Amino acid sequence: MTRFRRYARDHAVPLALLSPAVLVILLVVLLPLLFSFYTSFSNYRLIRPDSLWDWVGFRNYARVLGDGDFWSAFGRTVLFLTVALNLEMLLGLGLALMVNRITWGQRTMRTIMMFPMMFSPILVGFQFKYLFNDTIGLVNNALQSLGLASEPIPFLVDRWLAFAAISFAEIWMSTSIFAILILAGLFAMPKDPIEAARVDGCSNWQVFRHITLPFLMPFIYIAMTIRSLDVARAYDIVDVMTGGGPAGRTELLWTLIARTAYDDARMGRANAMAYFSILLSIFFTWFFFRKLMAARRHLGAF
Amino acid sequence: MAEVTLRKIVKSYGALEVVHGIDLDIAHNEFVVLVGPSGCGKSTTLRMIAGLEEVSGGEIAIGGRVVNTLPPRARNISMVFQNYALYPHMTVRENLGFSLKIAGRPPAEIDKATDEAAAILGLADYMDRTPGELSGGQRQRVAMGRAIVRHPDVFLFDEPLSNLDAKLRTQMRVEIKKLHQKVKTTIVYVTHDQVEAMTLADRIVIMKDGHIVQTGTPLEVFERPANTFVATFIGSPPMNLVDGVVAGGAVRFAGDVSLPVPPAFRGRVQEGQRVTYGFRADNLMPAGHAMTGIGETAEIDLTIALAEPLGAETILLSELAGVEIQGKMYNPRPVAAGERLSCLLALDHAHLFDAETGASLRT
Ligand SMILES: Nc1ncnc2c1ncn2[C@@H]1O[C@H](COP(=O)(O)OP(=O)(O)OP(=O)(O)O)[C@@H](O)[C@H]1O
Ligand SMILES: [Mg+2]
Repeated sequence: MTRFRRYARDHAVPLALLSPAVLVILLVVLLPLLFSFYTSFSNYRLIRPDSLWDWVGFRNYARVLGDGDFWSAFGRTVLFLTVALNLEMLLGLGLALMVNRITWGQRTMRTIMMFPMMFSPILVGFQFKYLFNDTIGLVNNALQSLGLASEPIPFLVDRWLAFAAISFAEIWMSTSIFAILILAGLFAMPKDPIEAARVDGCSNWQVFRHITLPFLMPFIYIAMTIRSLDVARAYDIVDVMTGGGPAGRTELLWTLIARTAYDDARMGRANAMAYFSILLSIFFTWFFFRKLMAARRHLGAF
Repeated sequence: MAEVTLRKIVKSYGALEVVHGIDLDIAHNEFVVLVGPSGCGKSTTLRMIAGLEEVSGGEIAIGGRVVNTLPPRARNISMVFQNYALYPHMTVRENLGFSLKIAGRPPAEIDKATDEAAAILGLADYMDRTPGELSGGQRQRVAMGRAIVRHPDVFLFDEPLSNLDAKLRTQMRVEIKKLHQKVKTTIVYVTHDQVEAMTLADRIVIMKDGHIVQTGTPLEVFERPANTFVATFIGSPPMNLVDGVVAGGAVRFAGDVSLPVPPAFRGRVQEGQRVTYGFRADNLMPAGHAMTGIGETAEIDLTIALAEPLGAETILLSELAGVEIQGKMYNPRPVAAGERLSCLLALDHAHLFDAETGASLRT
């Protein structure tokens, strides 16, 4: 105790200056976190505040584990992540390589490339909802006028078509994140090893495969980390385009959690689900960070 | 057979022409050094031979085959880059074997070739490290090893030693010379260090501002420089140059000093012609310290401004007709500033250049 007192006396000013920040973090981050963690062990329902004190132990977690809807949302989220991240990576890589080769008007191209990121995801969702709508949608109208389809295609109703439509919107919006980060990697890339490889007998493809790509991998993994967190918490686009429906066919983790928490008012159970889905995000972050570290170790000489 | 031929090679970047029609014939197994001041177009020329830089005009042939439009991989050349350009994500072994792997050689052959190169260059202990874990000298050797595993037709070196400290540079210079004797191959070597050029080359090509100024063996360019630029660029310290006017078998300088026209130039100059008189520090020495058998000499009295003892010899700084000149004392004794010495100039090693163009008046 005396040691603590002496420490407090010696560092009075720094401690005093730090205290507001510490206080804010306690109030804004730690308290809600503890509270939500507690509620995941209770039968808390928003419409019955006194149920907050209804301690149910691990029942919420057990129910969630046995819940088919939860697991299909979980699986769909993982699939969504896999599809979106891989396609965004490939498209972003292609885009970055192309923009990198342009010598005239490259600045303008880089700015144009960023446009999709300037819109709110909600608006992007609305835009694609109307594009893919089966009666007034642009896509359906175009297909029918061109004689490519005889009747409207239910883009937002069919299980797989809706999944594809949502993926399309997500990819349209976020490919530029990959493109920009990979482009930064291409700008930072030293020219010498590429020239050495060309002299060593590499074709353009072999230079890309053996020299350029290994150098870009850390940049790709950074983009993957950012985007995996982003997609794992996807909510707005899906909610606007299909609302997780029809009949839960496009339900992702966070649309399910939001429905459970606010529509069904079962906050305790929703929080238990949220903790599971956070594990998913933590897993992806850990996974890509490990990849990133390994790739960077490889490039130690830079 | 891999002779390299350059015919009227031109390189322009947009409207800016940096190499102006170079002609050069490099024989099979010849060690040619391109030397010249920074920015004179040495690297550009080398990179055109490698195929890393497009040729704007003229023709490059390797082994009799015109290669202007061939990519680097179709030319069977190896190149060592100034900053090594190792593959940072590969181990030393992978770096060495990369070209063979790309060529689709069987692993056993690759291992044999890399082990051989590693043995020649003393890299056997570092085979599993990445370039980031090597010192500058070790990286340099890996870069060299990567070039030799393939047994290319032509080696191209772009200032491979410029990043090393003086001692290591001397050591690697010897290694390169030995390497050339061991693996007989045509070598084109770029440097701006005239000592490297003199010691390594079968033939030196001196470049300036995108032109070739002179081509010849190291001794030729040292003893018969084609102009004042070569005279000052090759040799250390640079050749002394003093402007004067030919007057009755001698060259008269400002301040009523004169020196005889060197024997090799007699009959090649006219009365009243304005010339630049050139001689090296090695050939100007105090009378008492002169070597025997240096041929015809001329005597000059000089006031010593500064003496720089180097151990085996002392460089003497003085002044002739208002121009700073240097001489050498071969059996050093302490020399005080201001001391007046009677010196001898070995006229067989003196030169005359045109005062306007700087061209040698020898031919
Ligand atoms: N990409 C380029 N665009 C325009 N000019 C260039 C370009 N690359 C080189 N140059 C010019 O070409 C000239 C020759 O360059 P080069 O690199 O061949 O010189 P160098 O003789 O190798 O010099 P150093 O000893 O400094 O390496 C220089 O004047 C340089 O400014
Ligand atoms: Mg250069």
